[in-house]
Amino acid sequence: MKKYLLKRVFYMALTLFLVATITFFLMKLMPGTPYSNQEKMSPEQIAIMNQQYGLDKPIWMQYLLYIGGMLHGDLGTSFQFSNQPVSYLISSRIGASAQLGIQAMIFGVFFGVIFGSIAAINRNTWVDTGLTILSIIGKSVPNFVLAVLLQYYIALKLGWFPIADWGGFAYTVLPTIALGVGPLAETSRFMRTGMVDVLNSDYIELAKAKGLSKFQIVYHHALRNSLIPLVTLIGPYTVALMTGSMVIENIFSIPGIGEQFVKSIMTNDYPTIMGVTMLYSAGLVAVILLTDIIYGIIDPRIRLAGNEG
Amino acid sequence: MEEKMKLQPKDFQALEVKEELDAEKIAAPSLTFTQDAWRRLKKNKGAVISLFIVLIMIVVSFGSTPFINRDTLVKSQPQYANLPSKIPGVNINGFNGKAKVGDVWVDKYAQAGVAKDKYFVMGTDYLGRSLAQRVVYGTKISLIVALVATFFDLTIGVTYGIVSGWKGGRTDNVMQRIIEVISSIPSLVIVVLMLLVFKPGIGSIILAIAISSWTTMARMIRAETLQLKSQEYVLAARTLGQSPTKIAWKHLVPNLSSIIIIQTMYTIPAAIFFEAFLSFIGIGISAPETSLGVLLNEGQKNFQFLPYQMWYPAIVLCVLMISFNLLGDGLRDAFDPKTRR
Amino acid sequence: MAERILDVKNLKINFHTYAGDVKAIRDVSFHLNKGETLAIVGESGSGKSVTTKSIMGLLASNAEVVGGSIMFQGQDLLKKSDKEMQKIRGKDIAMIFQDPMTSLDPTMKIGRQIAEPLMVHKNMDKKKAMAQALEILKLVGITNAEKRFNNYPHQFSGGQRQRIVIAIALVCYPEILIADEPTTALDVTIQAQILNLMKELQEKIETSIIFITHDLGVVAGMADRVAVMYAGQIVEYGTVDEIFYNPKHPYTWGLLNSMPTLSSTKLEAIPGTPPDLLDPPKGDPFAARNPYAMQIDAQKQPPFFKVSNTHYAATWLLHPDAPQIEPPAEIIRRAKIWREIQEQEEVAKNRRAEAMKHADVE
Repeated sequence: MKKYLLKRVFYMALTLFLVATITFFLMKLMPGTPYSNQEKMSPEQIAIMNQQYGLDKPIWMQYLLYIGGMLHGDLGTSFQFSNQPVSYLISSRIGASAQLGIQAMIFGVFFGVIFGSIAAINRNTWVDTGLTILSIIGKSVPNFVLAVLLQYYIALKLGWFPIADWGGFAYTVLPTIALGVGPLAETSRFMRTGMVDVLNSDYIELAKAKGLSKFQIVYHHALRNSLIPLVTLIGPYTVALMTGSMVIENIFSIPGIGEQFVKSIMTNDYPTIMGVTMLYSAGLVAVILLTDIIYGIIDPRIRLAGNEG
Repeated sequence: MEEKMKLQPKDFQALEVKEELDAEKIAAPSLTFTQDAWRRLKKNKGAVISLFIVLIMIVVSFGSTPFINRDTLVKSQPQYANLPSKIPGVNINGFNGKAKVGDVWVDKYAQAGVAKDKYFVMGTDYLGRSLAQRVVYGTKISLIVALVATFFDLTIGVTYGIVSGWKGGRTDNVMQRIIEVISSIPSLVIVVLMLLVFKPGIGSIILAIAISSWTTMARMIRAETLQLKSQEYVLAARTLGQSPTKIAWKHLVPNLSSIIIIQTMYTIPAAIFFEAFLSFIGIGISAPETSLGVLLNEGQKNFQFLPYQMWYPAIVLCVLMISFNLLGDGLRDAFDPKTRR
Repeated sequence: MAERILDVKNLKINFHTYAGDVKAIRDVSFHLNKGETLAIVGESGSGKSVTTKSIMGLLASNAEVVGGSIMFQGQDLLKKSDKEMQKIRGKDIAMIFQDPMTSLDPTMKIGRQIAEPLMVHKNMDKKKAMAQALEILKLVGITNAEKRFNNYPHQFSGGQRQRIVIAIALVCYPEILIADEPTTALDVTIQAQILNLMKELQEKIETSIIFITHDLGVVAGMADRVAVMYAGQIVEYGTVDEIFYNPKHPYTWGLLNSMPTLSSTKLEAIPGTPPDLLDPPKGDPFAARNPYAMQIDAQKQPPFFKVSNTHYAATWLLHPDAPQIEPPAEIIRRAKIWREIQEQEEVAKNRRAEAMKHADVE
């Protein structure tokens, strides 16, 4: 197990390294400098600026400096907000995005498990059909469309929740729903399929032969076996939530990383774009590694591999 | 009791057992795999309806090409700006040229001095352009992007997956590592980075979407190829000396076809969503071209007062996505004999 | 005097499929006496499993019982609701399945799985239930039981898992144990172990067993009585000696004939396949594969003809007017052994009568 972990961590580091390299050279292809947004400067001033930002050094040195800086948490300076280090931009905004993302994940998975289980237990009845239709709609309606609708009808018209901005818990409700409906629908479908498979298996048949009630069978046997594969979904959900946050934060004016990313794209703020890219990649890689570890722990077949027979 | 037991001498004569051969016949008519799958698909009403919807949308949007093109879309007619829907023959408020201003339904067409026989089925946008025309055109563009991107996704993914799975060993290992690295970057980030390097346009979006999503297909194909590789008919083919390319075409691809088709049905809505998403945040397709995403973006800006401008493209987008998803589900159930109940 | 604890009468079960109704069980009657082992033998598709599933109330959703009754403890099980059946399953009637590799929940410790029926049926608290479960785990022959109690199924071999399944079935000391081909998926040597275990436990727990199998060798070792099933019906039943040494139905002949013995030179199979139960034949269902078939076999189904108080066979060959035919060589060989058995029994009977007379005198 340890050896496997080390190997994974190594690949993780390698991946991030590659990502950093690719983005660095990609950005070097782009026009633009930290000071482009300021007024026209004379050649001497440009030279001074170049020296100040280290842009006069050869590319490979810039690259090494960049990587070195990254390992120290220095991701360069934003083009858009000159004098603002990218790391500051990120750290000041990561709280909001993290909270939103985690809330949406919990919301989606929790209700998805419940709905999926109900659908599986009542399979091929109208309950199942109804839930299936709902989850297809939930999966198919783009989250930004849903966000706009929620904002308009629930916040503006009904006034139940604030329309935008970030403050107390109430501000997080609508964005969480908009962001979480996708994972909810997906989890529900996945759970249903998984549980139907489990309910058709031999050991459930034996559980029935033991005289256990439907509830006991689902609660003690079916749930655990159906939940374990769910762990594999956390990685893809993280990606979806990162993606979705960009537009949800935009619509609800939430000061998060997603909103910043979009702004950076609009203003060609390459250092920030790179910094956020690295953040997303690092986050994703970490989540994937984490889910692998969790899976290994909760599935007794993997945890206690090998026959003591 | 005795009555029933009374038998004739002839009853005890030996019986000719010729029917024994018929006992082997299976009662239900036998079907080929495709026929069986088609039969099961037909039973799934949702999938059949979805299939029709998808086909109709493709036909209408592509068929509109001679009638609606870039020129008709660019032409702005400010005198018709922001008119609500007016469907001839329909007199429901909201669809008869009237819009709510404050609490009152006002005939906007009359207000703008529009000729009595002129109508816009979905209303107009802020430049007076027919929304219906724009929606049809936008659907076409969204579909083109999605279908072409999916095609590239397919080609790259399937080839990569087959090669990786078939070769196995070192090659497979390396190829899988590459996929791991690529999939460690959220696909949107890849798309965004690519769009920064290649200026936005339909071509670059297609490329960007294709490049960021082929890994899923590649992984699935590889897993299935590994499984098929160990099947005996493949072993037989190799023993007979067939070249790997031939084996891939004649044996692997037909067996992979069901997975490919199903996965494609899911990739298309993902591509549509992607494009709409990108255009919505403004880094996708830009004016004067239009797509569903662009229309959503424009519609969102006026949502509070002119909700129809976002509703129409939103409904079309959702229907498209739902249909493809239902179709994908239906195909998956039809192709997989195990999920019968 | 044998006491009947299960009485199945005229059971008829249909399955609704897209191609029509499959008449899977067409008028099956049998009974189980206390303390005995009844073997139900037949090919795949003969209806053995469906019959036992109907006793447990575990039929598939597209199955419909269209007639008959299953009497247990004075009540018809077919008329009970699922909730009522839940109280009986695992407690009064227990079942073990064919494949031990998939019968156990892979994510639950086996100790808990064994204790479950106790907690559900006897309302025991967890501690007591686990203690009792540990005892029965030892009883089924798992070594180092205390430690293995907290292991997961994948940490055991196939034979051990089947022992655990048996433990689960017997933990509430049920009246009836239904064993659906419990050894088919195991190695031959393990098979013998499991069968011996079952015989031992049958005595200790005082349970009666219905044993389903297609393997006559297993029947010989385990059963007191045998019922032979074909195409959804019972075609012959009797004590194990009667079936093995004095069989009367051509299908039973075929089964016995196809068992390889040390002196066989060729493998005999029964040609053909069982009939399609979507549209069952109106006569004797075995007629199409029966080399001794007569005209009447295609017309009417034979009723049960009595061979002895405990032995009945449904074949027109036993009709008083039926011609005498020569059964296969293997059957003739067995008939000789039968005659020996009969003689020995006569001798034993006479000796007992003599002893009684002497006892009277004294």
